[in-house]
Amino acid sequence: MNASALPVWPDKLFDTFKRAGIRQVGYVPDAGHARLIDRCRADPDMRDVVLTTEEEGVALAAGAWLGGERAALLMQSSGVGNCINMLSLPRTCRFPMLMLITMRGEWEEFNPWQEPMGSIVEPVLKLCEAEIYRARTPDEVEGLAERAVQQAFGDERIVALILSQELIGKKVWTK
Amino acid sequence: MSPAPKLERRAAMATLLAGRGDDLLVVPGLGSTAWDLAAAGDNDRNFYLWGAMGGAAMIGLGLALAQPAKRVAVVAGDGEMLMGLGALATIGLQKPANLAIIVFDNGVYGETGMQPSHTQTGADLIGVAEACGIGTCLDVRDEAGLADLAGRLTCFSETLFARVQIAADDPPRVLPLRDGVALKQRFRAALGLDA
Repeated sequence: MNASALPVWPDKLFDTFKRAGIRQVGYVPDAGHARLIDRCRADPDMRDVVLTTEEEGVALAAGAWLGGERAALLMQSSGVGNCINMLSLPRTCRFPMLMLITMRGEWEEFNPWQEPMGSIVEPVLKLCEAEIYRARTPDEVEGLAERAVQQAFGDERIVALILSQELIGKKVWTK
Repeated sequence: MSPAPKLERRAAMATLLAGRGDDLLVVPGLGSTAWDLAAAGDNDRNFYLWGAMGGAAMIGLGLALAQPAKRVAVVAGDGEMLMGLGALATIGLQKPANLAIIVFDNGVYGETGMQPSHTQTGADLIGVAEACGIGTCLDVRDEAGLADLAGRLTCFSETLFARVQIAADDPPRVLPLRDGVALKQRFRAALGLDA
């Protein structure tokens, strides 16, 4: 694949982070977020914090806001399940919580073990009182990300931007 | 020689915070360490947890990164630290110079009926912290060690981990404010941030 064929939506997400003044980015690595993680790691004004489990990132973002910084949290759909109890922190205290979630277990998924969690991401987040946006095509990513940022930090809400598996592309299983 | 009697938790918290200035921000774990912190004297720069078990150290990390000119002390029980053990690996990687993680280790889950915890006979939290690359790791067993740690809290300049061996007692609860929004707003206001 040549450079011009790389999707640009991860760069649009990065641009949105920069405009929003995101200073801390917590993540458990995921292939769908790889480009965005690389951009954040390369930016001297962003602190990239690799986590051992996604719930650490919920607590990190709460601490960042207590100290006056904005944080974002990147994860795969399976990580949503790891966050549930820790989301009581932003719910109880109204911390801004911006979550970007790459989906597995839906469109053309090869691995059936991804389906149980992938299939309940949205209802679980709704029960946690998150506002949910879902991007299915590249051209809607930036607008939805802007909206998610405004709502998270403006209204001090939990906001999840879900990036559909169809947007990210199929995981290639043969080497 | 018999081991020295273990430290009493309320007195230990009071000693650690006796010389506290406005540049020290404190995050306790939920439960006993929150009551200990409240008993030592309320302060707008305390962010008491009433839930989110396992999250105290990571709240401390986010706060320490956001406020590099202040020092942050997380004071959590062994049960809280065990639930968020991975945070020590994350913090060991980030190495914030202004974050201290202090574990009040009594080897039991005090809030729930004194059931033995993993640290009583198995897990060595100092060993874990050292293995995660945390710069200064201290085992505090007596008053002299506690006084040393209290002094360090005013001037430490690399990530610090300390286990404080406390007695497994259960003093009367001293309950702090439990409105999370109010706690957040007063904490931010104390730092000069918009509530």
